[in-house]
Amino acid sequence: MSRTCWESFEGYALRALGRDYAEPLLPRGLDITFCDQVVLIGSGMIWNIYHAVVAIAVGFVLATLLALGKYSRKGWLHYPCSGFIFVFRGSPLFIQFFFFYSAFVLLPREGIEINLLVTTITAETRWLTIAQVGALLVLILNTAAYSAELFYGALRAVPRGDLEAADAHGFTGVSRFRRIVWPTMLRLAWPSYTNEAIFLTHATTLVFLSAFPARQQSGDALYYARYFVDQTFNPFVAYPLVGLYFVALTLAIIGLFGLVNARLNRHLPRAQRMRFRFRPQYIR
Amino acid sequence: MFAFCTDPDTLPQWQWFACYLTSGTHLAFYWSFVVVMILLALAAPAALVMGLGGALLMRARFAPLRWLGQGYTAIVRGVPDIVFFLFVPIAVGQGIEALLHQVRCPHWDMPIWQGNDFIVCPEARVPPRGSPSWVRDLYGFSLAVLAFAVVFGAFVGNTLHGAMRAVPRAQMETAEAYGMTRGQAMRRVLLPQMWIYALPGLSNIWMILIKATPLLFLLGIQDIVYWARELGGAKTSRYTYPHPDWRVWYFLAVLVFYLAVTWASQIFFERLTRRVGRGLATAESARA
Repeated sequence: MSRTCWESFEGYALRALGRDYAEPLLPRGLDITFCDQVVLIGSGMIWNIYHAVVAIAVGFVLATLLALGKYSRKGWLHYPCSGFIFVFRGSPLFIQFFFFYSAFVLLPREGIEINLLVTTITAETRWLTIAQVGALLVLILNTAAYSAELFYGALRAVPRGDLEAADAHGFTGVSRFRRIVWPTMLRLAWPSYTNEAIFLTHATTLVFLSAFPARQQSGDALYYARYFVDQTFNPFVAYPLVGLYFVALTLAIIGLFGLVNARLNRHLPRAQRMRFRFRPQYIR
Repeated sequence: MFAFCTDPDTLPQWQWFACYLTSGTHLAFYWSFVVVMILLALAAPAALVMGLGGALLMRARFAPLRWLGQGYTAIVRGVPDIVFFLFVPIAVGQGIEALLHQVRCPHWDMPIWQGNDFIVCPEARVPPRGSPSWVRDLYGFSLAVLAFAVVFGAFVGNTLHGAMRAVPRAQMETAEAYGMTRGQAMRRVLLPQMWIYALPGLSNIWMILIKATPLLFLLGIQDIVYWARELGGAKTSRYTYPHPDWRVWYFLAVLVFYLAVTWASQIFFERLTRRVGRGLATAESARA
């Protein structure tokens, strides 16, 4: 007696969120149906999407600041920012996960007391060993470094004429950056930033492969795919399924970022617009 | 390692560390750094060969060959390569065993795939049952090199294909005007000149290859990550060298190792770009 597709969907659609949201036991051995694999791997995509979306959103802000820091002529800003970017771009993300996890584990479980003259606040540390917080932090720092390098390149490529025009119109300081430099920087960097977003999304598969444990067997798409391969000894179903899900996700990202790109370029004639080219490089 | 290491409990600080860091398991840890270098040394040329093959296929005049080349690069580039690293070794391993099974055991009447099990006759086992552990390690390592070659070959193939198209058309026309055949023009004009165009892409791929090496861990090979976890974990007093959880220091060492390799590669490629660019009419050489 095997499950129908609807039963697997009902049973496992939210399994990645934890035991309380679905059937507590994963299907085993010969009991595994094709629909189980589709549903559970799709359920794991929840975490891939979560990690990707939050990391890209927070990383974007951090990357802008880092790029400005690296672009700065002040040494005390330039060197730390360049160093940060080099460290996170020059070492494997896989090792970064391991390093940060083993560092997080050493933090005292009851939190760190931070003395702020007036009051003491307790920094919560126990959450950091959980993938959804700790690994997310690593992903944020990592994508911030990669995107900062792109933004830095774009900052240097902002046409001098634009800056002169801004000066002539009396723009200074923050308004000069916000109204002139930043939009141009984004416009120049957007095609490569789209690629960066895609790679980051694919890199989220590393989270549960590395140090971070999957509590209650709630992992990401690749975690479940590996589970199925271990159970069935057949790599020809689960892995291609992960591949398909990621192709769909990649297309969604391309579409979404394409809309932003169109808006950033809306003042330009069609021939001068920045075009997106898919240049995959997944490992980081 | 050292003569004074016989009783670690009584040693003063620095000697304890000297003994600790030269213990047998630590030598295995250091060896795993060498293994990474070996992997790079083997996978890079293999990927280059695969890539060159792929790029030439993509330029083939016979359409099915061209589709093969395009399909290869497109598929590998479209799917997260971690999936490929997990997939290729298992698939190739099963493929080899299934093939040997057909050859060596024609009279075996049970199916190879029995439900969820993959069973071949004992003669077709690779590596043979009872072979020493280094043979199994070597076999696993070779499959890993193959996986790296397949994935990075696709990247290289794409870069080289672009580089071949970047060689000015006039160069090939001149070669034809001199009466060279297609193959001659390819060997004498196109291939030597494409490298300068390919170099930025190739250096990029090399950096990615370096950063992909810790994935060996996922293939069950006792690599840097394995040993860092193994050695760093807390050791109780039952061990010769008891210590608390030191994993963070081990991973810091691994991190620094990778940063050093990346940094050295960056300098190397800057020099190489200058060298390969000599004698070519590019903006860089015009400035020198």
